[in-house]
Amino acid sequence: MVMRRQLKEKFMRNLFTLVAFASIAILLAITIFLFKEGLPVFNLISVKDFFFGIYWYPTSDPPDFGIFPLIVASISVTLLSASIAIPLGVMTAVYLAEVASPRVRELIKPIVELLAALPSVVIGFFGMVVVAPFLQNTFNIATGLNLFNASLMLAFMSIPTICSISEDAVYSVPDALREASLALGATHLETIFRVVLPAAVSGICTAIILGMSRAIGETMVVLMVAGGAAMVPSSIFDPVRAMPGSIAAEMAEAPFRGDHYHALFATAIVLFMFTFLFNLIADYMSHKYRQVGDATL
Amino acid sequence: MNSSRVETMDDFVSLKSKKEKGFFDNSGPESSRSRLARRKFFQKLLFIMFRIAAGLNGVVLLIIVYYLVSNGWRAINWTFLTQAPMDSMTKGGILPCIVGTFLLGVGALVVAFPIGVASAIYINEYARPGKVLRIVRLGISNLAGVPSVVFGLFGLAFFVIYLEMGVSLLAGALTLGAMSLPVIIGSSEEALKAVPNTYREASLGLGATKWQTIWRVVLPSALPGILTGGILGLSRAAGETAPIMFTAAVFFTPRLPKSVFDEVMALPYHIYVLATAGTEIEATRHLQYGTALVLIVMVLGLNLVAIIWRSRLRRKMK
Repeated sequence: MVMRRQLKEKFMRNLFTLVAFASIAILLAITIFLFKEGLPVFNLISVKDFFFGIYWYPTSDPPDFGIFPLIVASISVTLLSASIAIPLGVMTAVYLAEVASPRVRELIKPIVELLAALPSVVIGFFGMVVVAPFLQNTFNIATGLNLFNASLMLAFMSIPTICSISEDAVYSVPDALREASLALGATHLETIFRVVLPAAVSGICTAIILGMSRAIGETMVVLMVAGGAAMVPSSIFDPVRAMPGSIAAEMAEAPFRGDHYHALFATAIVLFMFTFLFNLIADYMSHKYRQVGDATL
Repeated sequence: MNSSRVETMDDFVSLKSKKEKGFFDNSGPESSRSRLARRKFFQKLLFIMFRIAAGLNGVVLLIIVYYLVSNGWRAINWTFLTQAPMDSMTKGGILPCIVGTFLLGVGALVVAFPIGVASAIYINEYARPGKVLRIVRLGISNLAGVPSVVFGLFGLAFFVIYLEMGVSLLAGALTLGAMSLPVIIGSSEEALKAVPNTYREASLGLGATKWQTIWRVVLPSALPGILTGGILGLSRAAGETAPIMFTAAVFFTPRLPKSVFDEVMALPYHIYVLATAGTEIEATRHLQYGTALVLIVMVLGLNLVAIIWRSRLRRKMK
């Protein structure tokens, strides 16, 4: 009886350990299959031409597979959306964790969660049929489907990520620090800026990076709203074609295991690298600069 | 001379007096009381800004929901919900899309829920802090960061082509399952963490083994929280478009799926197709709004249920 129980214990422990590695197995499988389908494009084109070629004409003859405009589009959309989302997200987080009364908090937190739950295709659709005509009329521009519109939509998709992680970080700053600062005569605001935010800075940076990672990988919004022109943008009202949008739009038409198909997989490798890097940095920051008690301040 | 560098004793004294002046000199032209008033004023100003930023989230959510409801509700009637699209999708309903999205969501949950809960049990109950746990966590957070379109390509290369499932319900559900796994792990872990340690100690103290403790004590008390995570995973899977574009969804199929190897229509993909590639984009606008409304009612409804349920649980815990 005891023997059997112990055997079962061991079996269960091993089973759960094994299952816990499923996420890593999936991650590995993703990497393997992306490379398997993406690398063949480099038989046709050099790595340098792929990254820095400024022409993306995958269907012309001979085709051009230069993803530089797509990378620039992805980065500019991400940076512009971050410049909107970071202040709003962090301010919302500080408001929720430091200023708001519990009742207001109970109201706004679900709203932020619902904002995060909106399907990306719905936000893309909203950007297309409501925001685009509005921008076109207000700023008198050729098309409302452009870099700015996409960044605005992406900003409101990454605010919930930035807000909820920053809020956790601000919330977990020990109360003793706040009390010490207030006792020295600082106002609530000064306490927030000089004590609480510096103490929570690693969590806030993690939040920002994860929010940007979400923005760069988001597909439907850039597919529907960014305009789709594969050129290096010269103003924020230019239409652009970001990497995820390009993959999603062209994959259906790319001939199976043709050059175009491989090129799209190679683009996905680049995109995957970007988000992987963002996540590694976020993980590193949250471990390295973690606030342990009051001592490390 | 660089004022911040201290080289001689004189520099040191001047630096010190400068600093002291900054700190203690409240007796200047301005009294300390008016300074306090100014500090309070700044505080008020910034707190108002914070409040506006927080309120903006609500405003944006309201605007989006308002536009979808005001333009979409007229499209919704019994025919719309119970018929297949007709006349190359310019008329008729969206029943195959609703069914497809429901099946994809449930299928994803069936795949991800057991794996997700088991991973959470390992992390919270079995694992000890150390390298292995760190690697497992890193894997999960990176999986959560993989772009949805990359999941779509992975599903295409692995499930559809390599495992020869074809464009099918099964391939789509597996892809969506892989994508919603981190969501389910995260909320299950939170639910397990909320179970007080005294429960575990009491059970172990009575002579139960670790597994018996988990199965009979920990899991039952964490179950509601774990189910909340399941609902969130389901809603995430139901709303995604990019992962099913190449693995499960098709423009149009008049019949409902009969087996897991059939291709399906889905609400998010239907919106995308009608809005960007339909034959008459302007003429089908009301159908697009209607479909979007049905989708957000499903997704936000599931999320509301989860949020309300969770806040009740938290109150009970206290």
